[in-house]
Amino acid sequence: MENLEQLVQDGLNAVENASDLQALDQIRVEYLGKKGVITQQAKTLGKLSAEERPAAGQKINEAKGQVEQAINARRADLETAAIEAKLASESIDVTLPGRGQDLGGLHPVTRTLQRIEEIFARAGYSVEQGPEIEDDYHNFEALNIPGHHPARAMHDTFYFNPGTLLRTHTSPVQIRTMEAGKPPFRMICPGRVYRCDSDMTHTPMFHQVEGLLVEKNVSFADLKSTVEEFLRVFFERDLKVRFRPSYFPFTEPSAEVDIEWGREADGSIKWLEVMGCGMVHPKVFEHCGIDAEEYRGFAFGLGVERLAMLRYGVKDLRMFFENDLRFLRQFR
Amino acid sequence: MKFSEQWLREWVNPNLGSQELMDQITMAGLEVDGFEPVAGEFSGVVVGEVISAEPHPDADKLRVCQVSDGTNTVQVVCGAPNVRAGLKVPFAVVGAVLPGNFKIKKAKLRGQPSEGMLCSESELALSENHDGLMELPADAPVGQGVADYLKLNDIAIDVDLTPNRSDCLSIKGLAREVGVLNSLLVEAPEIVPVEAVHSEVPDIRVEAPEGCPRYLGRVLRNVNLQAETPLWMQEKLRRSGIRSIDAAVDVTNYVMLELGQPMHAFDRDEISGGIIVRMAKAGEKLVLLDGQEVELTPETLLIADHQKPIAIAGVMGGEHSGVSQKTRDLVLESAYFDPITLAGKAREYGLHTDASHRFERGVDYQLARDAMERATRLLMEIVGGEPGEIVEVASQEHLPRARVIDLREKRLADVLGLAIDRTTVEEILSRLGLHIDKLLKDGWRISVPSFRPDISIEEDLIEEVGRIFGYNNLPVTEPTGSLGLRAREEAVRPLSAIRNFFVAQGYQEAVTYSFVDPKVQQLIDPEREGIALANPISADLSVMRTTLWSGLLKTVVHNQNRQQPRIRLFETGLRFEKNDGEIDQQPMLAGVVVGNQAPENWVNGRRTADFFDVKGELESLFRVLGIEIQFIASQHPALHPGQTAELLRDGEHVGWLGTLHPQVQKNLELNGTILMFELFLNSIVTGYVPNFKDISKFPEVRRDLAIIIGSDVAFAQVEHVARRHAGEHLTALRVFDVYEGESLGEGNRSLALSLFWQHPERTLNEDEVHSLFNGVIDALKEELGATLRS
Repeated sequence: MENLEQLVQDGLNAVENASDLQALDQIRVEYLGKKGVITQQAKTLGKLSAEERPAAGQKINEAKGQVEQAINARRADLETAAIEAKLASESIDVTLPGRGQDLGGLHPVTRTLQRIEEIFARAGYSVEQGPEIEDDYHNFEALNIPGHHPARAMHDTFYFNPGTLLRTHTSPVQIRTMEAGKPPFRMICPGRVYRCDSDMTHTPMFHQVEGLLVEKNVSFADLKSTVEEFLRVFFERDLKVRFRPSYFPFTEPSAEVDIEWGREADGSIKWLEVMGCGMVHPKVFEHCGIDAEEYRGFAFGLGVERLAMLRYGVKDLRMFFENDLRFLRQFR
Repeated sequence: MKFSEQWLREWVNPNLGSQELMDQITMAGLEVDGFEPVAGEFSGVVVGEVISAEPHPDADKLRVCQVSDGTNTVQVVCGAPNVRAGLKVPFAVVGAVLPGNFKIKKAKLRGQPSEGMLCSESELALSENHDGLMELPADAPVGQGVADYLKLNDIAIDVDLTPNRSDCLSIKGLAREVGVLNSLLVEAPEIVPVEAVHSEVPDIRVEAPEGCPRYLGRVLRNVNLQAETPLWMQEKLRRSGIRSIDAAVDVTNYVMLELGQPMHAFDRDEISGGIIVRMAKAGEKLVLLDGQEVELTPETLLIADHQKPIAIAGVMGGEHSGVSQKTRDLVLESAYFDPITLAGKAREYGLHTDASHRFERGVDYQLARDAMERATRLLMEIVGGEPGEIVEVASQEHLPRARVIDLREKRLADVLGLAIDRTTVEEILSRLGLHIDKLLKDGWRISVPSFRPDISIEEDLIEEVGRIFGYNNLPVTEPTGSLGLRAREEAVRPLSAIRNFFVAQGYQEAVTYSFVDPKVQQLIDPEREGIALANPISADLSVMRTTLWSGLLKTVVHNQNRQQPRIRLFETGLRFEKNDGEIDQQPMLAGVVVGNQAPENWVNGRRTADFFDVKGELESLFRVLGIEIQFIASQHPALHPGQTAELLRDGEHVGWLGTLHPQVQKNLELNGTILMFELFLNSIVTGYVPNFKDISKFPEVRRDLAIIIGSDVAFAQVEHVARRHAGEHLTALRVFDVYEGESLGEGNRSLALSLFWQHPERTLNEDEVHSLFNGVIDALKEELGATLRS
């Protein structure tokens, strides 16, 4: 039986020296397989007496167990090492930039328009669209700006022919919407508008959002809250808002809206004009077939580029239409 | 309108600082645009008297003067042409500081000592005038500070009046507003009629009473137009931005500024026969006061004499009948011209005058007589003369009607959102000159004064009350009305989803002008004519875009010129076209791509974007939208003839995709391969609402084949034939390889396809699939001449 101990010792040495899983398997077959040297020891049992046999048998089993355990331990070690080697060979530089498409971006005017639309949509305003080549009636007449009206001079209109023009404001869309539907109305109309004017602070095309609310019982006080809340939500600031009497042919009373925007040199509030608004003029209702005694309404209008400039700190209006990528990419 | 604060305060003087006063009128709706001091900042300038003025011994144009400053007499060398003994002038003594921090020191001019400087208006920053010394009146007290003497502690305030407030185009109107805002009485100069001293009256005939419902004329004889306009009047005019001309013009301007009535003075001797107010006849001509000759149009209201036009009514007088220093007898005009008749007339002649500005907006139709009396008296104080009777020709029928409007208390409260107490309302109305005729059970009956042509309905009165009460004193309340839910079509994708798709694909959104350069558009879209603007801002922005490509390609040029090699842009917006005379405005979606497909990176980022990159992106978009689009080889003038696809949906045209034609690219000075697409938005936004089908539990079968086929046979044809023969259980057909090479023979290519079948309710057996697969192969062979590649 000394032989057995030697065999176990040899086996354990072999296991210890196995360099890979394949070699290890080889060793397992060599020692523990059906014809393995340790397995073969069972044949010697026949030569032993019945009394000796059980003890010898147990010894052989113990020897087998010892080698098997060593093989399993070695296998686990080798497997771990193999995985580690694989992982080591697969390691990458995770700090290299990723591949794939760059992200584009929305134009700042669109970004601003979408923000305005979202704010009003939550208060139940629909978004309406209208033609940009308009007729004189919808752009002027129906808005209480007849042909001889001095307010026409303020509009610097682009004409195609005497009755056809590029809309000078988005207000005609409120006319078209009221003509087509029945009150009450809550709507905004965003879009391109055109004025024949081009310098540092004017571009011949720009964007407006016109808002209209028509209900049975609405007042200037309601208009004030709508405009004030909008400006605070838009600028995400509790800024001061003031209403200054003004004049638009299609609203009466009319007001210009100023917001607090920094301080003057003498410490007083610096006011900045940002919107126009007012109660819908009865003439406008009349043109749209709405009874001004039954319904009242308010309307407001704002310049999108102006709000975008204030919000994002853009200093030159003309940059909006140059579409320089170095400008556009700043609004991703 | 620009006015002097001091002048206003002569009428009404609230206890407010200048800034507070300006803030107050701004908040009443008369927006102050700005203000400026009426003179520059200076010190040490007194009224000086030139005692003597002798020629300079060594300089022709200089004079050596002795000047008194009230206490001392010093020598001053002066080069002004109008310097003379006895003249009173602003005298900057040694030590004075003039505007621009210009210090006056002792000096020598061509060898002659000079202690101080005699000043022109421009040197005191009173005006631009530097023709000569500023001449002060003979009674100016020598030695008094000039700033004190001229009351220069004043500002000129510029109010930007809205077109409805013609009543505030005068000191009188502004004072009325300030009076209302401060509950102060307004002090107006008394107007006492001038008594006639002779019986000569102008012969006046009004043939166009619609345009001129009231015309007043008066003869003022034997005037001395050499008399100087008094300094106080010159100063008021100057501070209102009007230059002094002569006494007659100055007085009419003064009355216009003070009361709001534009007037005119004619030289009586130049009027032949009498005055006729009529419409112009075609072809009539008139040389205006500014020297330009205009040809009159028949819609122009005219002041004429018995032979010729002498003025465009309410706009500008004629040169010929204008007054001059030689004029002895004047005819003064004070009239009410109809705003609608005059509307736009000045502009037609390229003119804009103080008179036309006021008449177009509406002058007080009861003001003409008062203005005539005021002007006559002021004129006589300066130029003397003998006044005659006023002749007035008026047509009651054509004058504006006096308006009476009821204001309901409830309506007032409903519109403003606040019930203002009756006393306050009445106080506001009365001070504005809105006379309360009668207290009604539910409100007030108001007479609108003739100076407020803008007030014609109840809302106008509501605005007046709200404005004076203060918009910012009105409450802030939430609208109470509620609306039901709105329809929302699920199959229609919002524009924002399309925009976000392109943003995620690396596209930057552009917004370009809707009007473009016709030359650029001609290159891109020669078959359609853009709608041209009648009054474009410039030639390169003169035609409406027929395609969004016009603006986008220009944007590519702009960016390529700024070292941007990789450009991916999209835009949405209208394109404009004329179809059978009708204007068609269609919302479009367009894009351009040039440069590398991916941003340059460390593995494979240098591949230039090609047709199939962009096509793939569009196909993804169509999946987002839930629509099926066919790409058909086609031709477009702007696109490469071999790389152009027309996009169809259910056989209907929806747009184009292609590579910019190399010739167009060269003409537009663009670099690189430029891919472009344009789609009709309305044709693509409506997809479908998903409809669930059971998922098949049975296996899918795949079969691959490779064919050799003529290169002129489109893949679409191959797919069409294959699908037709693949049976109803074909679930997918993909092309996984396209190869062209010599081994295939000239004009051939190989396509490798895989086909997928799946039955919803059972496993397809081998025979079935085999037979379908062979059917496809046979059809490709027979119908398209394909051969199997071995």
